[in-house]
Amino acid sequence: MLVENLMIQKVYTLKPTQTLFDAEELMRSRRIRHIPIVDDKNHLVGLITEQDLKRAMPSSLLTTERNSLNNRRVEEFMITDVLIGHPLDFVEETALLFFEERIGCLPIVSQGELVGILTDTDILFNYIELTGAHKPSSQIELRTDDRIGILSRVTTICAEHRASIISLLVYPDTTNPAKKIISIRVKSISPQPIIDDMRKEGFELLWPNLPSM
Amino acid sequence: MAKFTEHVAPKNAVFVYSPSQLTYKFSDEHPFNQKRLELTMDLLTQIGALCDNQIVPPRQVTDDELLLMLDADYIDIVKRAGHGYITNAEGEPFGIGTEDTPIFPNMHEASAGIVAATLTACDYVMEGKAQHAVNLSGGLHHGFKNKASGFCIYNDSSIAIRYMQKKYGARVLYVDTDAHHGDGVQFSFYDDPDACTFSIHETGRYLFPGTGSITERGTGEAYGTSFNIPIDAFTEDDSFLTCYREAMEEIVADFKPDIILTQNGADAHHFDPLTHLSCTMKIYQEIPRIAHELAHKYCNGRWVAVGGGGYDIWRVVPRAWSYVWTEMSDFEQPHGPLPDTWLTTWQSESPVTLIPTWDDPSPLFEEIPRRAEITEKNAQTLEKALYTLRHKI
Repeated sequence: MLVENLMIQKVYTLKPTQTLFDAEELMRSRRIRHIPIVDDKNHLVGLITEQDLKRAMPSSLLTTERNSLNNRRVEEFMITDVLIGHPLDFVEETALLFFEERIGCLPIVSQGELVGILTDTDILFNYIELTGAHKPSSQIELRTDDRIGILSRVTTICAEHRASIISLLVYPDTTNPAKKIISIRVKSISPQPIIDDMRKEGFELLWPNLPSM
Repeated sequence: MAKFTEHVAPKNAVFVYSPSQLTYKFSDEHPFNQKRLELTMDLLTQIGALCDNQIVPPRQVTDDELLLMLDADYIDIVKRAGHGYITNAEGEPFGIGTEDTPIFPNMHEASAGIVAATLTACDYVMEGKAQHAVNLSGGLHHGFKNKASGFCIYNDSSIAIRYMQKKYGARVLYVDTDAHHGDGVQFSFYDDPDACTFSIHETGRYLFPGTGSITERGTGEAYGTSFNIPIDAFTEDDSFLTCYREAMEEIVADFKPDIILTQNGADAHHFDPLTHLSCTMKIYQEIPRIAHELAHKYCNGRWVAVGGGGYDIWRVVPRAWSYVWTEMSDFEQPHGPLPDTWLTTWQSESPVTLIPTWDDPSPLFEEIPRRAEITEKNAQTLEKALYTLRHKI
């Protein structure tokens, strides 16, 4: 998946000459935590985060001091060595960058211009979409040997029952390196016949796996 | 009231039924089996709880009424499917011709007949001809405007809610105690502040349809008119009933409906082959009792009940649904042995040994090891689900 499919394209920005007050107001009204700073040509020149803003501001109890800072310019405290991404970057690699660099957002730049922004929330949303039930479906979880051809047997069983697959995840079993976990969402209210066939095939069912029945 | 006046007192409750409801039948092997209606009616008749003068036949339903909620091209596909004019491949985008909702003869007529029965029940109650009415063939809560899903072709409850809004200007509270989330109804009124949906169901983490999380609260103007209590597998009676009772009382008091429409799926029982909630007959004695009480307290008694899921048609559904009717018709709640004739008549057909008593034998199953944790988690879920009511801004 490419960053351009996931990034937010309507980006709220400020100019370097705008003020601390503007930044605070924009974050509050738009409920955002990151503001890219751009020049007149929409070139990225910096970034301020909610954290930078908090660091620049005195305690909210010191009202006079706060007010006296309202007109200071954002260029005085913005970050200028900003990590950026490209629309054609892979989301999977970008997620790793977020994790390794411990960042919360990535401005996306193409041909010198700011074209979007990706935040940790957007990546989390993508995870929810990948693992969630966006269409009516039942979930089945299997533990299988890590062998070639297992997955094709799993999907064949679903096809034999005319149940379409909504999503499918395969990931390593952390407790046993010779095994894989397959988590599959099928469009059926009645997955029992599928489950029965999976058991017949010798797959270990993690769910449904009933203690008392 | 003087004797011999022309005035006909409104009936306490009516039972909407016609044998044509049995034609909603996918195949002999399909888990959704309307034979449950026959078994239930026979049981009710044998205990003297259901008489001919309480049974009313459904009226006809017009295409315009179906179009209140359904897309024209979807109706067209269902009509043609039932007469052999489409292939599975053509039906698939509409959810028709899948293993859940296979094509069967006259599937439009059968599905429309169920909608007609629910509308009949609503008319009786909204026109004051009866205080309560039931259509046990209804409650097909997974149906969408252009898609069949989870054994449901036309969503009779969605159509009925829209119909009562248009014809009677009614504010409708829809209550769904089926073990599966009432997704079709919820999403049909997700942006409508004049209809409130409340579904209590087994968590969608694994179970169909997967939706019904506490965070689904409605959208825009309708934020806070959609309630979901996704409870854990192995919830059992007490925790189920605590969640249901508390939520019902608070939701009804806040929304102030003109009428309550309850969907009475009977698939949360331990014996049900599709779900894992481990409940017993006890919840089916209480669910309609609470709905009945609140309908009188807030809605002048206006209460329509429909059926829903329920896949142990021998040991669970007939008893569970009988309780809906005995509650509604003020017939004393039955306990003790089931009628011998009912047991002997149906035991010969049943693949499982019937339960000979109204109440389930106790204990019905081995003790569930994580009961305390599950109950605690459900209580937390309830609190989160009712957050918008308990913390009004």
